[in-house]
Amino acid sequence: MSAVTLTNIVKKFGGFTAVHRMSMDIPDGSFVTLLGPSGCGKTTTLRMIAGLIDPSEGDITIKGQRINDVPIHKRNLGLVFQNYALFPHKTIAENVAFGLKYRDISKADAEKKVKDALELVQLPHVSDRYPKQLSGGQQQRIALARAIVIEPDVLLLDEPLSALDANLREDMRVELKRIQHRIGITTVFVTHDQSEALAMSDRIVVMSNGRVEQIGSPEEVYNTPASEFVSRFLGISNILPATCKEVNGSGLALELADFGRVTVPKERAPNVGEAGPAQLVIRAEKLLLADKTAPLDDRIALDGVVEAVDYQGQAARYFVRVGGHQLQAVNMIDQRPFQEGTAVSVRFRPRDCAALPGAAA
Amino acid sequence: MSVEARERRQPWILLSPALTAVGLLLFVPLMFIVVYSFWLRTATGADQAGFYFDNWNEALTDPFYRDILLSTLRIAAITTIACAVMGYPAAYFIARARSNKALLLLLLMLPFWISYIIRTMSWINILGVSGAVNWLLLNLGIVDEPVQMLYNEPTVILGLVHFLLPFMVLNVYVALEGIDISLEDAACSLGSTRWQAFREVTLPLSLPGLAAGGLLCFVLSAGTYITPLVLGGPTDAMFANLVFEAIITQLNWPLGSALSLMLLAVLGALVLIYNHYLGMAQLMKGLG
Repeated sequence: MSAVTLTNIVKKFGGFTAVHRMSMDIPDGSFVTLLGPSGCGKTTTLRMIAGLIDPSEGDITIKGQRINDVPIHKRNLGLVFQNYALFPHKTIAENVAFGLKYRDISKADAEKKVKDALELVQLPHVSDRYPKQLSGGQQQRIALARAIVIEPDVLLLDEPLSALDANLREDMRVELKRIQHRIGITTVFVTHDQSEALAMSDRIVVMSNGRVEQIGSPEEVYNTPASEFVSRFLGISNILPATCKEVNGSGLALELADFGRVTVPKERAPNVGEAGPAQLVIRAEKLLLADKTAPLDDRIALDGVVEAVDYQGQAARYFVRVGGHQLQAVNMIDQRPFQEGTAVSVRFRPRDCAALPGAAA
Repeated sequence: MSVEARERRQPWILLSPALTAVGLLLFVPLMFIVVYSFWLRTATGADQAGFYFDNWNEALTDPFYRDILLSTLRIAAITTIACAVMGYPAAYFIARARSNKALLLLLLMLPFWISYIIRTMSWINILGVSGAVNWLLLNLGIVDEPVQMLYNEPTVILGLVHFLLPFMVLNVYVALEGIDISLEDAACSLGSTRWQAFREVTLPLSLPGLAAGGLLCFVLSAGTYITPLVLGGPTDAMFANLVFEAIITQLNWPLGSALSLMLLAVLGALVLIYNHYLGMAQLMKGLG
């Protein structure tokens, strides 16, 4: 059963359309991420589910019930904000217990629930402190405890990790996923951070300019981008203009300048159905730089020259020229990175590539 | 000079102009007033220097002064409550306005461009016997003769509220502006109605602003003498009018000094009590 369903949701702010005819199903118990750059409509969508703003058109249902006209305080949702939004004048225990006051729960039960929630977020000892006495990561855990203690139908997370330091953010990512898994709550997560989305989600909804670009599992959106936007937004991609010569049983035969013919597997190009203009997508980490003398394997090998190197410690990002194209390659460093100006062999497997229909935008 | 010594000296260098001004223009004159209050005004009109308790005795025991002090505090309290009740919603509206915030704040500051005395006197043109309200009532045939609405305690309070409301609105506005708007959203998502969220979250967090505005309104109205002079009747004198009367009209500086110190002591004590219960440290806890 779907926990949340959006049907043809439109949101207009004056003359500006923030969300265009959005439809999606969020299965019960799943972790769904709305991913996109700022201004893509992801937060607006979340706020419409929460009831903080009303959709201009379309229906929102939660557990099969249309909730467009149900005010926020009757929706039974857990909401976690980017800036935590803890009540600064209340202790941690009072913060967590806040939502229980409006539910028919005895005092003893409420105390137990607060205690359990604090244990779930691994902060059982802070109940008498005030929010300001906690670190950012701890405050975010408390915000999570406050949202889940009311046993909401859906947990809504609005960029909950983006105010944290990089290291803490990765820890919280694991922690958040652990808690979500443990209580099995349907979760809608909003982020602009692709690695968060890839690491945490069951399904990712990639959005751009108020429209859904693609809905799919992390592997699907990463490996089989449905549009140029998706392939550029997730990871680093080389997107090259090509011509699709033929579509046959083994795949799509693409032809492009300086590369010759590259045959992309059909499942990696679900949107290309016929011959005509197309684009070849090669992920930067699938493009391997090698010494010109290295033995050939099943990869296609092209001659290139390293134009710039961005050293990243365990890996390096190379800008490499192959004929008329400047390509990006992200490779693990074996001994030492290639230097600028080095002539290299640029290699990739056609089965690691994807294809998009149409000419480059 | 060592760096440490220079750093220690720096705050004092920066503070010195203000400290000099406060010292010479406030503290020294205040000491003069303290000294004056122990002098004695003789029958000839000359002041007799010395150490007499006669003025203090009169100021502290005469029920006339006590009654006016109490009615001054009552008027100040009513004014403060009226400012809070009228100012809070206005401040809330401005703080939550999506656009035109700067314009609304400008409109709030606009009255300060006109002299307080002129603004007070404007009520004579509105409520006076030949004022706008009476003109309307007469022309509509509601009354046959102009109604005397001015020169009583309610008009004094009206004038004070008119003068002090912007102070209250600004103080509450600053407090509301510092409250994260998502706190109310969070409260609502947890099951409280908008009104409950306001009572549980926004109101307590804005109390420091309300308290600061209240203190300002109270002290300023308790110390006023222009408003009762312009808008009050003969029996509506407030305590500062007594000081004015003693010093300017009767030229009795010793008695005026004792009376003004008495008002200062009462208001000072109230501020200390206020500070104890709504202490600044306590006030800041919710914000910062």
